[in-house]
Amino acid sequence: MSSVRVLAGTRKGAFILTSDGKRKDWKISGPHFTGWEIYHMKASPVAPNRIYASQSSGWFGQQIQRSDDGGETWNPVSAKFDYDGVPGTHQWYDGTPHPWEFKRVWHIEPSLTDPETVFAGAEDAALFKSTDGGNSWTELPGLRTNATAPGWQPGAGGMCLHTVILDPTNPERIVIAISAAGAFRSDDGGKTWKPINKGLNSKFLPDPTAEVGHCVHHIAMNSKTPKTLFMQKHWDVMRSDDAGDQWTEISGNLPTDFGFAIDVHTHEPETVYVVPIKSDSEHFPLDGKLQVFRSRTGGNEWEPLTKGLPQQDCYVNVLRDAMSVDALDDCGIYFGTTGGQVYCSPNGGDDWTAITEHLPAVLSVEVQTLA
Amino acid sequence: MSMIRVELPAPLLRHAKITSGHEVLLEVDAPVTVRRVLDALEAAHPTLCGTIRDQTTKGRRAFIRFFACSEDLSNDSPDEPLPDAVIAGLEPLIVLGAIAGGLG
Repeated sequence: MSSVRVLAGTRKGAFILTSDGKRKDWKISGPHFTGWEIYHMKASPVAPNRIYASQSSGWFGQQIQRSDDGGETWNPVSAKFDYDGVPGTHQWYDGTPHPWEFKRVWHIEPSLTDPETVFAGAEDAALFKSTDGGNSWTELPGLRTNATAPGWQPGAGGMCLHTVILDPTNPERIVIAISAAGAFRSDDGGKTWKPINKGLNSKFLPDPTAEVGHCVHHIAMNSKTPKTLFMQKHWDVMRSDDAGDQWTEISGNLPTDFGFAIDVHTHEPETVYVVPIKSDSEHFPLDGKLQVFRSRTGGNEWEPLTKGLPQQDCYVNVLRDAMSVDALDDCGIYFGTTGGQVYCSPNGGDDWTAITEHLPAVLSVEVQTLA
Repeated sequence: MSMIRVELPAPLLRHAKITSGHEVLLEVDAPVTVRRVLDALEAAHPTLCGTIRDQTTKGRRAFIRFFACSEDLSNDSPDEPLPDAVIAGLEPLIVLGAIAGGLG
């Protein structure tokens, strides 16, 4: 019988939640790496017991952990992330040039085909690659040396590369996103990159349709339709049907189109989920009601999903990497909150249950569907 | 060659899977300095690379402090000889996480 394994990275450690395919009774293991911030954990799709975790601390810096037994035991691998050559500068908050400085890894993306290959998205924005299971890392410098890079500026959370999407039909294609530079795509395995921000409109910019400078919060893709991308921007929910060459707004009837998390149903590529957040200065749900919104039409027409979610006095946030979907026949949707809850809907969003309620603030949620 | 006692913060002991208490014992050649002690520590426990000082520049991480014999050595040159009591093994070199550096 199938089972699921939820990897929850939190502000104070990692937790692993497991259940059978009914997704009703859960076992929790953790905290792993007690006291450390776990920005992201993700398993290799071709070696499911190999899990990578990005572990960081304001005191002790960045570490990368790897498990080869499904999270039972862990060992540190390399956390030596050196920019290739002289890093150069990007723009600082005051508009002055500021040298690139490595701070942490926000996102880990294992290869779709090789368990030894894994990508790491870093702050200050850069993409690193390992081909030996994390034992060494090499920057793919073409992104950081893109002609637009000296003009990139950090978002409020830092200049982080937080989204890495690998195209299952084209091993040369990688899509990434950076706050607050925007989305970029490589069609040659990461050697060269181009901004893919046409159609984005960011009113906080002097030129709202500028080539770069957009605060892209997250991008999601259904592997069946890799040219279709869904984006939660700072404000605005967007879609592209040509791998990012052109974006169209699909916020439609959302009560607020600010938010961080976005994901796509595993079996229905036009069914999309977002968690609307009140505003850029009020990072909590509208009216204290935690609502996931679902569109079954690829955007524009959204319905609130509330059954089992708190509908009063709820002022948590759902961060950009804290939503995921499983691959069971009845697709499960999961998200974690800054209040320490991890919610699961085993039926595509119709009904929700908190599978744990008192974790530290949840930074990321990934789900594995196991045979 | 001196046997140097190094006291580590609990998160680094757990990270390096050191279960023998708060201190590690390291053999360090003279002159015994912070740099040489950390070189020996990282050689004995490679998973600590990058946790106390930057892996590339070898500079002390911002929220790490070095204390010994009731003195704050954090801003001394890493090539300064350590106090005699540390070299004699009577006092530990204390590696400490500063009272700062976290979000909550």
